[in-house]
Amino acid sequence: MINPNRPTSPHLQIYKPQLTSVLSISHRITGVILSLTSMMIPLSLVIISLGSEYHAFLVKFFSNFFVKLLLVGAIFTLIYHLCNGIRHLFWDYGYGLSLEKSYLSGYLVILISLITTLSSVLIIFRN
Amino acid sequence: MAKFTLPINSIVKKGTTFNADDAETKANRKLRVDVYRYNPDTNSNPYVDTYILDKDKFGPMALDVLMYIKNNVDPTLTFRRSCREGICGSCSMNINGTNTLACILNISDEDKLKIYPLPHMPVIKDLVPDLSNFYKQYESIKPWLINDKKPEREHHQSQEDRSKLDGLFECVLCACCSTSCPSYWWNSDKYLGPASLLHAYRWIIDSRDDAKKERLSNLEDKFKLFRCHTIMNCTKTCPKSLNPAKAISHIKKMLATDK
Repeated sequence: MINPNRPTSPHLQIYKPQLTSVLSISHRITGVILSLTSMMIPLSLVIISLGSEYHAFLVKFFSNFFVKLLLVGAIFTLIYHLCNGIRHLFWDYGYGLSLEKSYLSGYLVILISLITTLSSVLIIFRN
Repeated sequence: MAKFTLPINSIVKKGTTFNADDAETKANRKLRVDVYRYNPDTNSNPYVDTYILDKDKFGPMALDVLMYIKNNVDPTLTFRRSCREGICGSCSMNINGTNTLACILNISDEDKLKIYPLPHMPVIKDLVPDLSNFYKQYESIKPWLINDKKPEREHHQSQEDRSKLDGLFECVLCACCSTSCPSYWWNSDKYLGPASLLHAYRWIIDSRDDAKKERLSNLEDKFKLFRCHTIMNCTKTCPKSLNPAKAISHIKKMLATDK
């Protein structure tokens, strides 16, 4: 007799995170974060257009240590999502789909994002 | 919406520990094996039993460990196996976090094993999952030659055309790839999964097959094919080193370019 109450075997709970799956879910998460942080750009433009005292406020706001930290995070998010997006475009054209090449491009995406983020740290925290 | 946690009846409890080693077991030959157990004849949840074994008493493969437990420690342990050489695809399971065939996984360097059934599947007993849906999906891609022409002898094929099937026909339908795919975990009712799609591609590019158009239009669907987000867990886990992600990507490209 078929047992209608069959348990579901464990999945997320036991599956070892793979470079492949971690980069994939990161792409989604960074995508969601980007859709929020990208609002900061037009918002900043609107604030600047209101006049010099508003501009001064904005400058003060972005000189706050924690806001700077968030900015670094936003830059990593942007660069990672961009690079991984390009990786996906190559895949969609049918290139680099072997496991070796996927790993290589995966590590490359991480490397480029980290280098870019580190250089942005140097610029953002220069004074 | 995908459910990321296990239902109440599926939460894994702690089981029993069986010490099957003895005083003569050398410390570096001890193997601790955690095995997922579920008995459908009781109303209790699945649990994990632990077996402490002596590696000198069995062969080097994960399947040897399971056979040793069944023959010498706990005969109630249930799992599928047949060929013991990676060609039948029966002993697919999750060992130490990734899916593989137990019979071709060398564990002689391990001191700990965690053995679970294929992920996110209904469990019949212990390590035996219900693969009915998986087989139904395989059937839905019509895995046979469709060709109305009646040649006097065999359908001929050039060596070049035949070589296109390399890396596809070797699939043994063990379901390791499909059950490693998060997309398949959340949408196995509508998404066909890497194994069936790899086979779909195998028939689409077969020069002897006449139903390429029908095959492609059958797959042109938000769920059946396009739930693949190139996560690549399938290719990473395939015990036969095939590349389902590549096959799926090529189907997507065929649909996008009409070629």
